[in-house]
Amino acid sequence: MNNTDPAAAEAGGRLISLSNVTVAYDRRPAVHHLSGSFLPGSMTAIAGPNGAGKSTLVKALMNQLPVVEGHIDHAELSSRDFGYLPQAAEIDRSFPLSVGDTVMLGGWHVVGAFRGITAAITAKAREALSAVGLEGFERRPIGSLSAGQFQRVLFARLLLQDARVILLDEPFTAIDARTTRDLMDILLRWHRDGRTIIAVLHDFEQVRAHFPETLLIAREPIGWGPTSSVMTAENLLKARAMAENWDDFAEVCHRPGNKAA
Amino acid sequence: MSLHDLLLAPFADYGFMRRALVACFCLGLGSGPVGVLLMLRRMSLVGDSLSHAVLPGAAVGFLFAGFSLTAMGIGGLIAGLAVAILSGIVSRTTSLREDASFATFYLTSLAAGVLIVSLRGSSRDLLHVLFGTILAIDAPALYLVATIASLTLIILAIVYRPLIAECFDPGFLRAVGGRGPLHHLVFLFLVVLNLVAGFQALGTLMAVGLMMLPAAIARLWARSVPGMFIVAASTAALSGFIGLIASFHLGYASGPCIILTASLLYCVSLLAAPSGAVRRLFPRPHLTG
Repeated sequence: MNNTDPAAAEAGGRLISLSNVTVAYDRRPAVHHLSGSFLPGSMTAIAGPNGAGKSTLVKALMNQLPVVEGHIDHAELSSRDFGYLPQAAEIDRSFPLSVGDTVMLGGWHVVGAFRGITAAITAKAREALSAVGLEGFERRPIGSLSAGQFQRVLFARLLLQDARVILLDEPFTAIDARTTRDLMDILLRWHRDGRTIIAVLHDFEQVRAHFPETLLIAREPIGWGPTSSVMTAENLLKARAMAENWDDFAEVCHRPGNKAA
Repeated sequence: MSLHDLLLAPFADYGFMRRALVACFCLGLGSGPVGVLLMLRRMSLVGDSLSHAVLPGAAVGFLFAGFSLTAMGIGGLIAGLAVAILSGIVSRTTSLREDASFATFYLTSLAAGVLIVSLRGSSRDLLHVLFGTILAIDAPALYLVATIASLTLIILAIVYRPLIAECFDPGFLRAVGGRGPLHHLVFLFLVVLNLVAGFQALGTLMAVGLMMLPAAIARLWARSVPGMFIVAASTAALSGFIGLIASFHLGYASGPCIILTASLLYCVSLLAAPSGAVRRLFPRPHLTG
């Protein structure tokens, strides 16, 4: 939890800072009193059990869910700076769209809703597709792709978006080892480029192997900092013990902002 | 009876048949693509609800101006938009989903519409409003239908990309700030507009027929969205042509004939289309890769 250290934060300039953030569904907190910040160029895994509020947190970071208490500050970023890969289930994969068109959606910040697709964007889309190992797939309908291939297509779209901050919600769920390795290589390349990466992950081995920073969350924040100091046996036990029981008589939470969490 | 007598003479001899045919072509051009998008957005039944919602507005227009297509069209447009917007508000602010809120509003409007028509008109007028009078379309009504078709195509061309992006991946469009709700509203406006055009010809109950049947047929035959637009618009036009001819020679009501022709084409497509039953019964050998 040392990345809230004022000196370090001052030096790097916080990119996204959260102070005492609570996100709730129907008054029940899914993310409870979370404070901390993502530094520019950091690569952070968000880990935790099911129902821990990981996806909720990512959606709140993307401004897609309202924060009921505290606030998220990413003042110097515009929506154009964010690249977001939602959970696979949220996309209609039977939609009659070609792979090329899907990737070119990543050029939205250049062409917007109304401008024409330029040759430059077409070329970039082709490059992005070959970077994810799908050369020559432009004309295939997305409905004909496997889950792994489709995830590669979404990564190609992220490549085209060229965003400063990349948020990924369970990018490797139901993806085989080889595809995961290829896509992880892309993530690491983005990290070397100095982009900020925030990824929700389930595979603790993966987190330990590739992610310098980890936010371990089980509704309440459990640890946030260098992966080795967060992913300890003690913390993981704490995360697993997360109260999943539903308290019918839960009272109003009066906890003041716990900045140090 | 020669082929000319069968297929061309009705249109060559009678102005009302020509106008009805042109009206069908215009309806197909506008409603076909709109129906395809409705289907892709999984809102097929929303089109049905909205077509019922048009009724009370049309009925109020009927109360004030008698059987004037313009007055009824404007009334229908207002009522349809009101239901579309109210349903949108309800589904965004309460736990009711959009389909449920559409259902509640359209049932209210349908009841209100039938009540209003019965206050003043005869049951014959009610039949006209419910089932349309495509053979009674005059030049001004035809201009209105043609204008709506042109406007629909132009607006669709403008909002095409955000609409497609929102159907495919709404989260992405939100993330890039694509103003999905605005385009959704524009799209609902187009749906209502086309239902008003269809209502002149086919009545409030069947206006949605030339929207959803061609869309379902298109989905069976075409693989890309533009391809679906073309199939939908042409099957709608073809249904109009065959339906009018059948109704002329057999002396049946024209609106149901047109919709039943579309249904027939749909049944044929279910069997013969690339993903249809015939292919399943007689599978072709698989390829090497």
